[in-house]
Amino acid sequence: MSNAAYPSPAPLRVAITGGTSGLGLALAQAWHGRGAHVAFVARHEAAVARVARLLPGSHGIVGDVADKEQIHRIALQVSGRLGGLDVLVNNASSLGTAPLKLLADTDCEALELALATNLLGPFRLTKALLGALSASAREGRGAVVLNISSDAAINPYPGWGAYGASKAALHHLSRIWHEELQAEGVRVLSRDPGDMDTPLHALAVPDADRATLKRPEAAARELIDAIAAALPQGVAR
Amino acid sequence: MKAADRPIQRPAEARLLALDARGELRHLPRHRFVELLRPGDLVIGNDAATLPASLQGTHLRSGRPIEVRLAGRRSLAVDDVHDFSAVVFGEGDHRTRTEDRPAPPPLREGDLLALGTLYATVTGLLGHPRLVGLHFHGTPDGIWAGLARHGKPVQYAHLEQPLKLWDVWTSIAGAPVAFEPPSAGFALDWQGLRALRERGARFATLTHAAGLSSTGDPALDARLPFDEPYFVPAATAAAIEQARAGGGRVVAIGTTVVRALEHAASRHMGCVPPGQGLATQKIGPTTRLQVVDVLLSGTHEPGTSHYELLRAFTDDAALLRADAALEREQYRTHEFGDSVWIEQRIALKTWRRTPQQIAAMA
Repeated sequence: MSNAAYPSPAPLRVAITGGTSGLGLALAQAWHGRGAHVAFVARHEAAVARVARLLPGSHGIVGDVADKEQIHRIALQVSGRLGGLDVLVNNASSLGTAPLKLLADTDCEALELALATNLLGPFRLTKALLGALSASAREGRGAVVLNISSDAAINPYPGWGAYGASKAALHHLSRIWHEELQAEGVRVLSRDPGDMDTPLHALAVPDADRATLKRPEAAARELIDAIAAALPQGVAR
Repeated sequence: MKAADRPIQRPAEARLLALDARGELRHLPRHRFVELLRPGDLVIGNDAATLPASLQGTHLRSGRPIEVRLAGRRSLAVDDVHDFSAVVFGEGDHRTRTEDRPAPPPLREGDLLALGTLYATVTGLLGHPRLVGLHFHGTPDGIWAGLARHGKPVQYAHLEQPLKLWDVWTSIAGAPVAFEPPSAGFALDWQGLRALRERGARFATLTHAAGLSSTGDPALDARLPFDEPYFVPAATAAAIEQARAGGGRVVAIGTTVVRALEHAASRHMGCVPPGQGLATQKIGPTTRLQVVDVLLSGTHEPGTSHYELLRAFTDDAALLRADAALEREQYRTHEFGDSVWIEQRIALKTWRRTPQQIAAMA
């Protein structure tokens, strides 16, 4: 029975890049299950359609965050469909090169791809959606940007040069942005979800023992808790 | 004045002509507009992002090429994207002046338009052969995707290079509901917002679906601005009340903010409640402004609806002096041009009700 004195809070409005596999899909599923209003972005139309069917009421957006020309078209659909934005997860990532290579064997284009996907894409998309996020903060709903990081952002693992360098840059970008956006009420988090059993990990380490890897669903739960802690009390989780 | 013909939102040399409450003029670099603020002032921007509202396509009954410029929508609801009003042009694009554009083929109710991947049916003419109601086919997700993929920002012949969405989205652009950019907001960046807070002023936003500024057709232009839906967040309504109670001024960034706030106030005895509305009024020399004290805006040509709005703030003699100064100093005009700051003349300040007075009336 509804109680007019305690209206249920408006659903959380969430956008996730790389939302059709791995951690992104696990996040989309978990938030969808909790009643959030979810938009997800991925490159392949068929995969987007499949996940949209899997999660009724969610909004699938076909786009590549590594492509500058597509960023505002993605942002347009995100804030158009959700009517605003409370949480942005920059999850889409590229290894740059698969199989992994020593830096000296890495093509410049592979480093460029890693930077375009893992650094410039999150920068551009966050910037394009900052108006929507800060509006949410001004309205008291809070606003969080979560950039998916990696232990390769901190540790110099041989073979992880392109990926590690791009994630290190993203991690530092997140920290600076977090400081700068505090006055606007927008929190910027950078989190390492751990080594997960995902398509990206399989590309990087094809012979890994999958049983030792973390389930993306477990990582998604932890990240959702971290975001909930960064939002004001009373906002639907 | 001269046309600003490059899409740079905040050129270092942007200028500001300030006309104060006593009618005095002052020139300053625009990024220093914050110096004109006082502690307690409330600056309100329009955070509407701009739709790619120009759609090239085909009028299927005649097979002729057309350009559709989306011009209006009855609400800001996220699923309410099937029905728009639109101005239709014949063959060509923004590089031809709108005045010189060929007319579209005759449009009739039931005509089907192919616009990229989107299809739309003409639901009727809206009192003019080029102003139509359109109904888009498909799901809201499909309509958003089609607009994103195929639409381009509405633009005019003074800017030659095709505009990108990032050219027309302000720093604070959020909900994509405007048909043209609320371009006064080009003056704002995040550094500026920080500076205004350091000065003791506050910043708030509303969302107003800014419409077309020109169609090139005198009969249609005389009807501008069309009805525009808007939304005032609760935090903004509260900030207005606080500013007024504390003697601060309300500074509107752009004419759309004036239109939304004054529309809301005209219906609520001078107060601005939170929520949605549909601005239908025109603002001119006989309008008694009830909320906005100061307007930061682009420069506007006499005879336009935007210029008429300026006449609500100050007297014609002061505006004529400002016009002469803009001309003499070669200010740049149009959406990427220089700006004016116009304080309401003291003599024009209308009697304003405080919340206490309203309570006493009830």
